[in-house]
Amino acid sequence: MRFIRKTGYQDDIALFRHNGQRFWYGLLLLVLVLAPFGLDRFFLGEFALVFIYAIAGIGLMLLVGYTGLVSLGHAAFLAIGAYAQAYLLASGWSFPVAILAATALTAAVGAVVALPAMRMTGIYLAVATLAFAVIVEHILIGWVSVTGGFRGMLVPQARWLGVDLGGALAFYWLCLGFLLVTLLLALNLLRSPSGRAMVAVRDSETSAESMGIHLARTKTIAFALSAGFTGLAGALFAHKIGYLAPDAFTFLISIQLLLMVVVGGLGSLHGAIFGAVFIGLLPQGLAVMRDTLPPAIGQLPGLEPGIFGLILVLFLIYEPQGIYGRWCKIKSYFEAFPLYRRATHKRQKRYLRTERLQ
Amino acid sequence: MDFYQLLISGVSQGCVYGLIALGFVLIYKATEMVNFAQGDMMMLGAFVAITFVNVMGMPFIAGVICAMIVMALVGVVLERLLLRPMIGEPHFAVLMLTIGLGFVLRAVAGAIWGSNPRPLETPYSGQVLRYGELVIGYENLAIVGGTLVLCALLYGFFRFTRLGTAMQAASQNQLAAYYVGIPVKRIYALVWALSAVIATCAGVLTAPVSLVDPLMGFIGIKAFAAAIVGGFGSLPGAILGGIVVGLAEQFAGLYLPPGFADMSAYVILLIMLIVRPQGLFASIQRKKV
Repeated sequence: MRFIRKTGYQDDIALFRHNGQRFWYGLLLLVLVLAPFGLDRFFLGEFALVFIYAIAGIGLMLLVGYTGLVSLGHAAFLAIGAYAQAYLLASGWSFPVAILAATALTAAVGAVVALPAMRMTGIYLAVATLAFAVIVEHILIGWVSVTGGFRGMLVPQARWLGVDLGGALAFYWLCLGFLLVTLLLALNLLRSPSGRAMVAVRDSETSAESMGIHLARTKTIAFALSAGFTGLAGALFAHKIGYLAPDAFTFLISIQLLLMVVVGGLGSLHGAIFGAVFIGLLPQGLAVMRDTLPPAIGQLPGLEPGIFGLILVLFLIYEPQGIYGRWCKIKSYFEAFPLYRRATHKRQKRYLRTERLQ
Repeated sequence: MDFYQLLISGVSQGCVYGLIALGFVLIYKATEMVNFAQGDMMMLGAFVAITFVNVMGMPFIAGVICAMIVMALVGVVLERLLLRPMIGEPHFAVLMLTIGLGFVLRAVAGAIWGSNPRPLETPYSGQVLRYGELVIGYENLAIVGGTLVLCALLYGFFRFTRLGTAMQAASQNQLAAYYVGIPVKRIYALVWALSAVIATCAGVLTAPVSLVDPLMGFIGIKAFAAAIVGGFGSLPGAILGGIVVGLAEQFAGLYLPPGFADMSAYVILLIMLIVRPQGLFASIQRKKV
């Protein structure tokens, strides 16, 4: 077992707990940066997609996992980021300016969406964001002059200073870089008073309010940041898929994003990353599975969403802590090796705090 | 004349929303869970009815009753297997669970019945009633009539039967109901069965108008708008909310540019949540500490 001695507040909020973490995360980063030299082009594309998902996952995790506000409409933010990026590039903006503008625009939309969110909680908010996403989808179809309507629009090539950022290698590093920046921003946010206010709001709005936390402001910040990160992911996603159409941003995508944070493990950034890896690689796994299954089952049209749903249900019932929770349990088993007690991670019996007036 | 025609189709469509919303509200009131798969339960109910009536050739009424019994069992099984382990978990987890369940039900229905839309054969399909210049399909009348009958039955059930009273008690205060000896868990299972039966009714009534396919459950989201308009805790409110949404949709289609008809339910939902989150017929006030 490792005992960590803290001698000050700086130790408590340090990015890395101990040298072991420094070593392993450094090694992981090194492997990821050098990976393109030993990997097939196909896998580079898949990994870039995983990084994009991870950025969106961090965004959604800030909202769902840390602030406790559930959004069923994050596909809308992804769409806004993607369309803004494509439109701005097409109007001649340079790549870095366009991507920053797309992120900022999505964050602004997120802040506007947060206005009604201040009055709602729980399922009401979830449904309101769902309605928002559906309305955005209809706007994408209807606003033909900007979005091209049903026909969709071509995403211009990502280039900056004469360098083509759209190639497999460059795009991989680009996504990895943005993921690192996002991760660092999120980590710093969570060490700051704003981030802690979010966690307090998640745990109990009433007590957070009585401690002097401005609920409306905290929720607005959470929404704006979450939307901004998701918009950034959307802008990168636009380059990944190359052609935007409204049916790329449906309800299913929102659910997929939520599935990512739930399966990964709510309330931890590790969870967002684990979830992104899971969701990014799942379609490949399903494709393999389709080939091995008998055609009668393997070729069903709605198989993929069905399996998504099934995984979601199983995780919620059997491992609500997600992959990261399971990872922590396995780790603590080995850390305490011969002395592990089964009851350590036994789920506590919980009682619902009713939203009703009794 | 257009006006009355739209009025009638709006009310009949609204009744379908209302019936699904009724299922939402029933489960929410009793168990504080939100069943997002209610629309998919409706789809499943319609498919089961099609199996009994079209495929096995049973008489319409008998087939529908068999479908209701099957769906009641499905409701109990789902509650027992999936929802009971979730008692005490946060609302969000249950919401996600039922969304996942909806996807699974859709995939299952697609696997069993295929993804082509199918009609339900009813004795009244295709017949119309003419009244002056008005042309009213019997299907639409059946929806409105069926909804009225169902509401009357439900009213009687909650008002005059022991089981109905027990359900009301369990929904008003779980703990107190438990203390006076009501088997709350069994009541929960029965509530799920009841809402599955109501969903089947909605499915059977709407099947002749809009064909049955695995994706028809998506109108559950519009029904959710209806439930919110009605106040999410009030049974008559759910039906009225459904009619409001149904009418708004029809009239938006006539008076507003294309595209708005599909959006109107969601716009109403958002406006309602912003302006009056407790609904038109509020039974939930602000939570006290």
